[in-house]
Amino acid sequence: MIIDITEVQTINSFSGSEFLKEIYELIWLFVPIFVLILGIVIGVLVIVWLERQISAVIQQRIGPEYAGPLGILQALADGTKLLFKEDILPSRGDRRLFSAGPAIAVVSILLSYLVIPFGSHLVLADLSIGVFLWIAISSIAPIGLLMSGYGSNNKYSFSGGLRAAAQSISYEIPLTPCVLSISLLSNSSSTVDIVEAQSKYGFWGWNLWRQPIGFIVFLISSLAECERLPFDLPEAEEELVAGYQTEYSGIKYGLFYVASYLNLLVSSLFVTVLYLGGWNFSLPYIVLPELFGMNKIFGMTIGIFITLAKAYLFLFIPIATRWTLPRLRMDQLLNLGWKFLLPISLGNLLLTTSSQLVSL
Amino acid sequence: MFLLHEYDIFWAFLIISSVIPILAFIISGVLAPSSEGPEKLSSYESGIEPMGDAWLQFRIRYYMFALVFVVFDVETVFLYPWAMSFDVLGVSVFIEALIFVLIPIVGSVYAWRKGALEWS
Repeated sequence: MIIDITEVQTINSFSGSEFLKEIYELIWLFVPIFVLILGIVIGVLVIVWLERQISAVIQQRIGPEYAGPLGILQALADGTKLLFKEDILPSRGDRRLFSAGPAIAVVSILLSYLVIPFGSHLVLADLSIGVFLWIAISSIAPIGLLMSGYGSNNKYSFSGGLRAAAQSISYEIPLTPCVLSISLLSNSSSTVDIVEAQSKYGFWGWNLWRQPIGFIVFLISSLAECERLPFDLPEAEEELVAGYQTEYSGIKYGLFYVASYLNLLVSSLFVTVLYLGGWNFSLPYIVLPELFGMNKIFGMTIGIFITLAKAYLFLFIPIATRWTLPRLRMDQLLNLGWKFLLPISLGNLLLTTSSQLVSL
Repeated sequence: MFLLHEYDIFWAFLIISSVIPILAFIISGVLAPSSEGPEKLSSYESGIEPMGDAWLQFRIRYYMFALVFVVFDVETVFLYPWAMSFDVLGVSVFIEALIFVLIPIVGSVYAWRKGALEWS
């Protein structure tokens, strides 16, 4: 009898601890996601601030200065304002498509952050398909733009949506062979492995030096994928009012705004990961852990800091191009994508495979 | 759906990130004012009354580019597994992949000469 009771008790306690353990695991599944999303939100706010300040400097004006010190809180104030603005649904449009468009654009871009590593263990999911997941998911966003352009039932929106779809599919094609050559060089699609492959020789080990052509093609294509200024045909103010965003107001417009900056951040983070050596300190002959001792948490912080520093320094290029290059025409855009970048990127892939073949 | 444990976090992330726009819509629905009027809800056409629908025929060129896109996109999808196991497979498979890439290139040269890649 006594044995029975103790047995039952042990079984009970065991199942109880199992249950607790499951809850614990579930919480631990969600904590990093929330931390990442919080980080992304802060990152986007910083980008908006940076863009406005740099634009102001380029145009010799002051820029945001009242909301918070140096106008840091300007983007937050704008977002809050958009929450309070009326959400207008055009009477002749398709309500479901109109609302689903911005949501799909934001969610699909947010999902790409899943595979970005901020340190050797600081990645949400170190999937073996890594960059391929990014390529796959990033082509969902144009569907959202097309839906919003079509759902508005406005001629400007419709043209803008079509242009957005045409542009992003045209520049997806040169982008994928570039990423393919990178994963060929590092023999893995996992973003962590790609960064590890660049960790030797400081910044001489960056893929930037091994793939200069690929880097330039990637840079141009990712600018076009983000719809940044030399390629902002889908929302060209002078021709299409605001493209697919014409009918939007309130928080749905805000979601498009957030989506474009999320896209900019994710592409600069991918440039960092694929070409600029990720979280590595990147100065030859200096090994950071030896410099500061083997403190793990400190190492992680340094990793995050270096990744973000590289990404944000890189962001100066897209922001400066916005105010230096004029917009392309539609035929020039498609010619650049199909007749110039596509052959170059395929040639680059061939060159990479040949050099890998020689080194086999 | 949850067959692969590696992708659990992907689904969790998908759920949480889909909550974000829904939450934004709900908050804005509670906070934002609403006053409707026939002029306000009509679609914008530079200030004049909208003429006809926007759901009409569009340029065939978009369709042509989409077709060429499908060819190249599927091709690159097939090239990924090849690139992953490149160091194991060696020269013979390199030549096979070369032939595989050449076929769409010949196709695209044909499309180029036929004018499928011309905008105007």
